[in-house]
Amino acid sequence: MISGKRILADFKVYSRGFLRNKFGLFFGLIFPVILIMIFGAIFSGGGSGTIYVYAQNHDDGNVSAQYLSAINSTKTLQVITIDNSVNFTEYMAQNSIENGLVIPNDFSSNYAFRQPVNLTIYTNPSGSTGGTVLGVIGAVNNQFNLNAFGGFTLISISQKTVGSQESYIDYLVPGLIGFAILVNPMFSLVEISSMYKKNKLFKQLSLTPLTKMEWLTSKILWYIVLSAASFLLMTAVGVALFGANINLTVWLIPFLIIGPMLFASLGMLIGTVTKNPETAGVIGNVVTFPMMFLSGTFFPIAFMPEYLQTFAHILPLFYVVEGLNNVMVYQNYTGAVIDLAVITVITVVVFILAVKLFKWRED
Amino acid sequence: MFPIEVTELRKNYGDLKAVDGISFNVKEGEVFGLLGPNGAGKTTTIEIMEGLRERDGGDVKILGLDPWKKGYELHKKIGVIPQEFTFIEKTTPNEAIKYYADLFNVKVNPDEILKDVLLEESSKTYFEELSGGQKRKTGLALSLVNSPELLFLDEPTTGLDPNARRAIWEVIRGLKKKGKTIILTTHYLDEAQQLSDRVAIMDHGKIVASGTTAEIIQKHGSGEQIEIYGNEKLAEYIRGNTELQVNYDKNRNLITIPLKKKIDALAALAAAEQSGIDWGQIQTRQDSLDDVFIKLVSEPLDEQGGRGVNQNTRKKGFLDD
Ligand SMILES: Nc1ncnc2c1ncn2[C@@H]1O[C@H](COP(=O)(O)OP(=O)(O)OP(=O)(O)O)[C@@H](O)[C@H]1O
Ligand SMILES: [Mg+2]
Repeated sequence: MISGKRILADFKVYSRGFLRNKFGLFFGLIFPVILIMIFGAIFSGGGSGTIYVYAQNHDDGNVSAQYLSAINSTKTLQVITIDNSVNFTEYMAQNSIENGLVIPNDFSSNYAFRQPVNLTIYTNPSGSTGGTVLGVIGAVNNQFNLNAFGGFTLISISQKTVGSQESYIDYLVPGLIGFAILVNPMFSLVEISSMYKKNKLFKQLSLTPLTKMEWLTSKILWYIVLSAASFLLMTAVGVALFGANINLTVWLIPFLIIGPMLFASLGMLIGTVTKNPETAGVIGNVVTFPMMFLSGTFFPIAFMPEYLQTFAHILPLFYVVEGLNNVMVYQNYTGAVIDLAVITVITVVVFILAVKLFKWRED
Repeated sequence: MFPIEVTELRKNYGDLKAVDGISFNVKEGEVFGLLGPNGAGKTTTIEIMEGLRERDGGDVKILGLDPWKKGYELHKKIGVIPQEFTFIEKTTPNEAIKYYADLFNVKVNPDEILKDVLLEESSKTYFEELSGGQKRKTGLALSLVNSPELLFLDEPTTGLDPNARRAIWEVIRGLKKKGKTIILTTHYLDEAQQLSDRVAIMDHGKIVASGTTAEIIQKHGSGEQIEIYGNEKLAEYIRGNTELQVNYDKNRNLITIPLKKKIDALAALAAAEQSGIDWGQIQTRQDSLDDVFIKLVSEPLDEQGGRGVNQNTRKKGFLDD
């Protein structure tokens, strides 16, 4: 009943049309890559990621120098030393500096003789970086205090932190792949299935042996191809430009197949049950936009308030993005299998509904 | 069995009887024209026959099949040009034909089909960039891909230039020669006359006349009449001095005299000559299909010269205010 030849014929016509449409091509392939580049540039590495601490060092011993370089080596804070002659508080006010550190002149000698010494730290209570500065400096202090008394570190940290600037790009790549898997098939299918209904192209196609199932299948195939291309491009950019740490395995393949299938079917379902392309567009946006932002695409959902996190769990894209993260970032395959199971069930339901409710002809 | 058998077909849209109990058959190899004013129900009838719409009553057999229930089977054997043909925007006619050929699983030479419908020059133009007429030709080309034995052409030449129309006529004649059965709708009565073996005239969902065009003219037309351009005095004179029935149209200064026998023309002319009153052009004419069509499907003009109120689609008193 289902004919591969017809699916292929329809696939050829559709994909050719897609590739000839510069606008679609831009949004389908280039736009997500641009997003990676923008978000990657904003959040990874230098620039705004590092917190600057202005320091006045009244001490001329070598311990204070070691101390400052220890702070720098945390990579979270960067010390900028200013001249001892300037009035520190005035300087801070004039230059809108948020964080400052003053090292007294007896720092090295007191440290050498195991005498207490007091540092002054300035932070801006309305700023967002004060806590980090205090935390980091406190940690450096502990280290120095321990060393002074021949102590050693019992509890150490190996840096693999969630949400640090280094690994944001690692989440961003699967997130934006999820974004591409959602947006392309969804918007296209909402549009064409409502347009083809309005301009009676479906009626015409119903006069050929092509079936609606074959029609939808060929669209799904195309969006699988497009998602795969998108995936490769985004991964390449993420790795090459931002050094994203991504785990590439065959586990990604089911997500790249079922994801487009889910959203193409959902798009067609929306185009089918709505009266005209305008309504379809509105409903399409209402369904797409929350998913686009709240499924962990641009940032992990842990950053959101709790009620939004709960809400995210009813969004199909959430499971796609979580699954991709489970595979690409955490290598948590048990989690990935569960995500896969969830989206497979949703996909089967939506696919069947779309094909059943979809009308080639009127009555 | 006829390729097309329609009995007491009905289709309602709410209170509107779009198709109101029509019956007709189309013989194998026949070209059947479906005529009628806008909204008469032609497209509705055709799409029911194609299996695109469900009927509300009556019986329809197309190539022996119920088109609604056996549409999938039927569609392999028929070719269709819908009234509003559209296609995938960024696809050329050439690619469209190949696409249909793949769908129907047949081998065709796209260039040949494109040549037949005079579309070779635009064979590589995207559908969205084709002119209205070129789009229709693409529709015709696609309807031929599966070599159908039965074709439904809903206004195949609307919007085409005279050359293109004649080219399409040639295609239709060629198809007829090959023994295909064709049902076509058109608003061009000359086209219907040129192409159709038989026509049916629809109005308000009913068939108001059917047969060959000659039969319809014979049955519903006025017969031969002589027309003389002249004044009312002349009309009076002829009326007074002959046995003839003389009609006078004041607005056009036209005297019309139906001819029961050819010789009546001579009597009319003799009387005119005798009157000593000047007259203009003289001609004899017979009702054309156009005249008959207008008589059959339109209501009489009211005092303001507007069309009468159509009880189906307009409210009474619509023209009064
Ligand atoms: N889907 C529909 N829903 C409601 N009314 C309809 C529908 N399709 C047709 N009609 C009505 O049925 C009547 C017949 O329409 P149809 O399209 O069959 O006319 P037609 O003879 O093809 O006219 P035209 O020459 O303008 O193409 C019209 O009054 C039209 O408004
Ligand atoms: Mg019509």
